[in-house]
Amino acid sequence: MAMATIGNNGAARRVEDEIFKQGRDLRGAGFRMVLLAALAVSTLILIVLLVQVLTDGWPVIDERFGDFWSGTLRSRSSDDALGISQGIAGSFWIAVFVAVLAFPIGISAAVYLEEYAPRNWLTSVIDIAIRNLAGVPSVVYGLLGLFLFVKTRDGNSSLMAGGITLAILVLPIVVITAAEAIRAVPSSLKEGAFGVGATKWDVIRSQVLPFAAPGILTGTLLSLSRAVGEAAPLILVGAITGRLAPRDGSFFGADQFFDRFTAMPIVIVGWVQQSGRDEGFAAAAGAAIVVLLAFVILMNSGAVLLRNYFEKKRG
Amino acid sequence: MVNVTPSVQDALKGIRVDEDATTATDEIAITVPTAAASSTPQDEPSGDDLVFDVSELSVFYGDFRAVRDVNMKIRRNEITAMIGPSGCGKSTVLRSFNRMNDLIPTARVAGNLLYRGVDLYDERVDPVEVRRRIGMVFQKPNPFPKSIYDNVAYGPRVAGRKKGLDEVVESSLRKAALWDEVKDRLQDSAIGLSGGQQQRLSIARAIAVDPEVLLMDEPCSALDPIATARIEELMAEIKAEYTILIVTHNMQQAARVSDRTAFFSVELDEANDRRTGLLVEYTDTAKLFSNPDDERTENYITGRFG
Ligand SMILES: Nc1ncnc2c1ncn2[C@@H]1O[C@H](COP(=O)(O)OP(=O)(O)OP(=O)(O)O)[C@@H](O)[C@H]1O
Ligand SMILES: [Mg+2]
Repeated sequence: MAMATIGNNGAARRVEDEIFKQGRDLRGAGFRMVLLAALAVSTLILIVLLVQVLTDGWPVIDERFGDFWSGTLRSRSSDDALGISQGIAGSFWIAVFVAVLAFPIGISAAVYLEEYAPRNWLTSVIDIAIRNLAGVPSVVYGLLGLFLFVKTRDGNSSLMAGGITLAILVLPIVVITAAEAIRAVPSSLKEGAFGVGATKWDVIRSQVLPFAAPGILTGTLLSLSRAVGEAAPLILVGAITGRLAPRDGSFFGADQFFDRFTAMPIVIVGWVQQSGRDEGFAAAAGAAIVVLLAFVILMNSGAVLLRNYFEKKRG
Repeated sequence: MVNVTPSVQDALKGIRVDEDATTATDEIAITVPTAAASSTPQDEPSGDDLVFDVSELSVFYGDFRAVRDVNMKIRRNEITAMIGPSGCGKSTVLRSFNRMNDLIPTARVAGNLLYRGVDLYDERVDPVEVRRRIGMVFQKPNPFPKSIYDNVAYGPRVAGRKKGLDEVVESSLRKAALWDEVKDRLQDSAIGLSGGQQQRLSIARAIAVDPEVLLMDEPCSALDPIATARIEELMAEIKAEYTILIVTHNMQQAARVSDRTAFFSVELDEANDRRTGLLVEYTDTAKLFSNPDDERTENYITGRFG
């Protein structure tokens, strides 16, 4: 068989010459290398970052993690009661605010835009505006929060102000990702449902939302980790750092939504600043970053798992 | 002058039908066909026998007139086939019979389309009620990403039915020649079915709501000859209860199953240089295939179409 020939136009050629790999796809191979390099660079940066943070924070995590978890903000890094409980509580409530405010409003807006709003210049303008809002730097949202929710309350910043500000910050992201997920629902599905006499509401409830659920879910959970990691707007809204923090680390309290507050990113920023005069804060900041990263990774893995679950369910 | 039964008024919710308007039928006649119902078509149907009365219908997508000059009288308990070259507007016309084109924002209908005497495009007509009466099987199978059972039960459920779903599912799947293949895995996802099985599932889903009219857009294009034969049998069986419109590319099929055939063709629109579909000939199937009036029909059915 090795000498088999093809005799199309008289010229005898060996089959092997024709069908064996000949390395023709050089550009493809090159492109693949570039992609691989890009992936390697980003992974490398991430690893360097993780190693750096872990080595900084490891002593704290290794020696006194329990105290660190339940401790509070202190003026000296050698204080045994130094810890992140206030930051955790604040970040938890911010996440709750985002989930309660931004998710329902954002998803509803997306359903309206995609399923009900007529396609005209007004909806195009709204669409573009939402996309631009998603790109606005987060400090601008901080300014907005400062003027809307703090100045109007005699300059008192509160957990509520921070939570609402961050909910507004991620709202456009929620709308965009949800709208994209809804747009990806095949029209044949909707037609099939309409074809047997379903109402618009039936179609949205039983076809559109279930199909779009994985995409919506991923978007919302990613926006949640974004909100939890944001520092800039909170600094402007006036989360209190350092020894000024008045709250204890408990999750519940009578007046807590209207109290001053702090959150994990603010705690980290504060400690990094203080590490200049008190080196021990660098380790504390490192440990706090590890905790925040762990939460973000947990949430993102949750997003992936939930998405896979829903995708499997939809077949 | 004919009385208007509640069924028609339900169908077209909100329409106030004038006392002397035509339409309407005896409910019983739908389920228990009279002898006349399946008899040979008369030339000028009227009253009960006239399900759709289409005149000078055009359908546009934006500025583009996709199809024009559609004049058809569709008779009750008959199978009407629509044939013609690809792109001549068969699907477009079929979809205008149950307001499915409403879902395409640019689509627009001009002319008259009366369903049992009522203008289907009257703004008081509720398209949801129309589609419960006038079911549809689409050109491409479109199973819902749900279980086989839930696919078939979907229509009855959205219509508010809660009891007797098992029976509806079974009988619909049996009619669609799918029961034996899926009876042991009704709870499996419909996405896992083969293309031909999915198409039969779509048929089962459409008949599960027990419509009066069934619009079928190439229902057999993905089926093997056995399943095709089964679907054709089904059409013959349910013809006594339903009125069926079927688009098909298979001329033998049209000749086998239909009472009347509409031949559509395309012509170049000089004004805008686009190809517009039109109804060329609509008559008895036997006549259309043996002795068509129009030369274009003759060319098409004899395979000389360019
Ligand atoms: N949603 C749409 N928007 C714009 N034009 C459309 C749309 N759907 C169909 N058309 C156009 O309308 C014309 C008729 O299309 P239609 O699908 O009705 O043809 P058909 O006869 O069913 O063809 P086939 O036999 O290939 O299914 C075609 O020119 C097509 O390009
Ligand atoms: Mg078609």
